[in-house]
Amino acid sequence: MSKFRKKKKGMPAVNTASLPDIVFMLLFFFMVTTTMRETELQVENPRLPSATEVKKLEHKSLVSTIYVGKAKDPKYGPSYNKIQLNDKIATADDVPAFIINERSKVPENQQPFMTTSIKADRESNVGTITDIRLKLRDVNALKISYSASKGDN
Amino acid sequence: MARRENPEINAGSMADIAFLLLIFFLVTTTMNVDSGISKKLSEKPPPDYVPPIIKEKNIFEVNLNFKNELQVEGERMEIKDLKDAAMAFIDNGGGEGKIEDGVKTGPCDYCKGERSESSSDHPNKAIISVLSDRGTEYGVYLKVQNELLRAYSELRNRLSKERYGVSFDELEESYKDDRNNLALKKKVEDIKNAYPQIISDAEPTSSGN
Repeated sequence: MSKFRKKKKGMPAVNTASLPDIVFMLLFFFMVTTTMRETELQVENPRLPSATEVKKLEHKSLVSTIYVGKAKDPKYGPSYNKIQLNDKIATADDVPAFIINERSKVPENQQPFMTTSIKADRESNVGTITDIRLKLRDVNALKISYSASKGDN
Repeated sequence: MARRENPEINAGSMADIAFLLLIFFLVTTTMNVDSGISKKLSEKPPPDYVPPIIKEKNIFEVNLNFKNELQVEGERMEIKDLKDAAMAFIDNGGGEGKIEDGVKTGPCDYCKGERSESSSDHPNKAIISVLSDRGTEYGVYLKVQNELLRAYSELRNRLSKERYGVSFDELEESYKDDRNNLALKKKVEDIKNAYPQIISDAEPTSSGN
């Protein structure tokens, strides 16, 4: 018996009981400070222009986002003027349908406060933005926000 | 019976589970705060709409060509000078303001501009028209818009400091926190009406393509 009773000597195990707590803390931090990504980016992450007169967009649920930039998929060509609506590359003609769809998700009394945020790459052309703007005007989505990062250059 | 010690529960895998959750959140969420330059588009004009005739001197023409070159009132300009030029134009106050609901606004008594005959009559008549090319780079276009907005906010801040002792930014900020404060609302609207932002986007040209 004594053979089994023999106490093994060695390093005592490090108590890792508080590790989950730390990780949970991190987890909660991320849960609180972030929002769910709704769409998969089909364009390369737009390099937003910077501006000083930026305003924070409030009411995330009332914001519909249009991305403009270079498509990740090489079959769309190298230009920076691809428009992404929802999850796919679209053309400006699809914008009204997109807006109407977004509008149907929002209660009627909130609809006038809906904002369209245009996240466009610095190198996109004004022409593309204008096309989008004209289509937005057609469906009376008049509040827009040109996404920009705060900064001075 | 001898007291038996409670065996410790092995919590080693708990951290793994928490990490799994953490990584899931890291991947599926975004953190960026959405901010941008807000604009209100004009409504679609009816087909038989005739635009009002505006005196040439009340329009501040800003042109951007497809090479991202800036032209203001017929002369080339660097973007860094745009703000001051716009401020001089808006704040000129060379004449009578527009007639609102039958009431004349009269001449601009808070303007500090040159009161030149050839520039704008009144801030509420001053229109900034931005004409860009389809090929203009969006970043440059936004920079121009930003400079124009800066001109307005600087003027508003100045007037607000003069009238109420605080800058317009602070005034707006405190109004945001206290939406029901009518006195504050009146102040904000007062400044806004004194320097209304009238920036119009003309249909872009397409010479560069």
